[in-house]
Amino acid sequence: MLYPSSFLAPAFAVLAVFFFLPTVFNFVYAFTDWSAFHDDIRPVGLANVKAVLSNGALLSSLRITIVYAVLVAIMQTGFGLGLALLLERDTRINRFARVVFFIPVLMSALAVGYTFQALLKPDGPLNGLLGALIGQQVTIPWLGSTTWTVVTVAFVNSWKWMGLAMVIFLAGLKTIPADVLEAARIDGAGRWRTFLSIRFPLIAPAVTFNVATALLGSFNGFDTILATTGGGPAQQTEVLDIYIFRVYGNGLFAQATTMSLALLLLVALLAFPVIGYLRKRERVL
Amino acid sequence: MRNSTRGWSRLVHPAVVIVLAAVVIGIPLWLALVTSAKSQGEANLPDLSLPRVWHLWDNYSQAFSQGHMLWALFGSLLVMVPSVAGVLIFGSLASWVLARRTGRVMAVLYSAAISGIILPPAVVTIVLLLRQLHLASTPIGMMLVYMGMYMSLVIFFVTGFVRTIPVEVEEAARMDGARPLGIFIKVVLPLLRPVIATATILICLYIWNDVFYAFFVLGGGTYSTLPLNLYSVASSNLYQNNWNLVFAYVVLMSLPLVVVFVVAQRRIISGITGGAVK
Repeated sequence: MLYPSSFLAPAFAVLAVFFFLPTVFNFVYAFTDWSAFHDDIRPVGLANVKAVLSNGALLSSLRITIVYAVLVAIMQTGFGLGLALLLERDTRINRFARVVFFIPVLMSALAVGYTFQALLKPDGPLNGLLGALIGQQVTIPWLGSTTWTVVTVAFVNSWKWMGLAMVIFLAGLKTIPADVLEAARIDGAGRWRTFLSIRFPLIAPAVTFNVATALLGSFNGFDTILATTGGGPAQQTEVLDIYIFRVYGNGLFAQATTMSLALLLLVALLAFPVIGYLRKRERVL
Repeated sequence: MRNSTRGWSRLVHPAVVIVLAAVVIGIPLWLALVTSAKSQGEANLPDLSLPRVWHLWDNYSQAFSQGHMLWALFGSLLVMVPSVAGVLIFGSLASWVLARRTGRVMAVLYSAAISGIILPPAVVTIVLLLRQLHLASTPIGMMLVYMGMYMSLVIFFVTGFVRTIPVEVEEAARMDGARPLGIFIKVVLPLLRPVIATATILICLYIWNDVFYAFFVLGGGTYSTLPLNLYSVASSNLYQNNWNLVFAYVVLMSLPLVVVFVVAQRRIISGITGGAVK
């Protein structure tokens, strides 16, 4: 055999035990009474689903997770593209700035979260700077609004990851053949026109990559939120992973499993169509 | 017209870049740095001013000891190095076969193998499984969980890359009678270097900074990692924020990666760009 099946074995053994098996368990233990408070595990049917549905936490977490993921996908991709276009030319300053904008990517999201928690306090440095700019006191509760905090947190997460999106976009921009741009210039296309009709369509794979990773990453969003708001105020930034973390910490393992199953279904239902659409868009353009 | 574009690219553009970098990245990092050198009282309300009295050494040594930093650094390395090595070796071995053999079985296996890119790991039942295997709260359990999580990513990247390598490069070795493992190690693996570099960087970043899965798998055990300890330092003081210690920990913990990056930034960035977008 030129390509022995045995070479597949170690990878698939690890996948089978530590990925597929827990995923199958997810469908089993979501319907049991597994918890920290007694030793035996018994099936309870839909009791967990009913429990999380009845206190509204599941639905609200699902909604917040979707809102958060969409906001991150938009902001992270937008910031990344803006930075890539700004820093496209290989000047010394641009190269230096690329390194600077990549530093947050290397930092732990927890560290980034704590930094912004300090920065965004109502009497903190950001409001201080804004106040100095407009000449009167500013006390915006960036992380204390039940409506807007999810946007702030999505911004913080996008701030952390925009350097990676920038690098991916820069790679995409570099692959555009020079003669195509030359042809556009001869045809009289300006900067903006060239970008809209030629460069943006040609970096479709980079858009797919960035939107997909941002969406999938923030469906599993956890550490940025933990460090900025911990899920608050009034649970308005409590995405699924934060909820799972909290419920698990309270010993309600089966309920946490139910939420984990909900996350799995959410991702399967939303991510596949979005990624499929983006891939198709690449081929059409 | 020509003059105005020249003014833009010579003066305005660099100024915009510098101001943007200073405001967007500089201010948050500056805040972390200065706060990490203040006394607890002064750091209580973090701002951008320099410390009146410098407590650099106090804070850093306290964060170092209170956060059990050496032990956590050891824990982080102990978990990260074998996971990354294992996932790369097993993953590229499987990818080679998945890329070269055709047929329905291989297609199904490939789809199953990369499903983990999209589907989130079932974090709660992983804990139960680890308990049944007597691997809960152990570094080995953590390694295996990370390997299970990132195997999909490696197989996705490497399989795609192998498909761009012509089969002919393997044929000379085959003529000489080399066995499959020999061909893989001597011919294929060296060609995979760019994609393995990318995967290494990304997975190292994810594992080094992970707190969610580490909390479930290692939480409560003897072994800990840097992010887990940062979390406990930050949530340990209930009555008053110990921002000076939090930021000393943040700086100490981020420094190794930032230094590695600044030294090797050209390779790292070209590694990521080379692997991610074909």
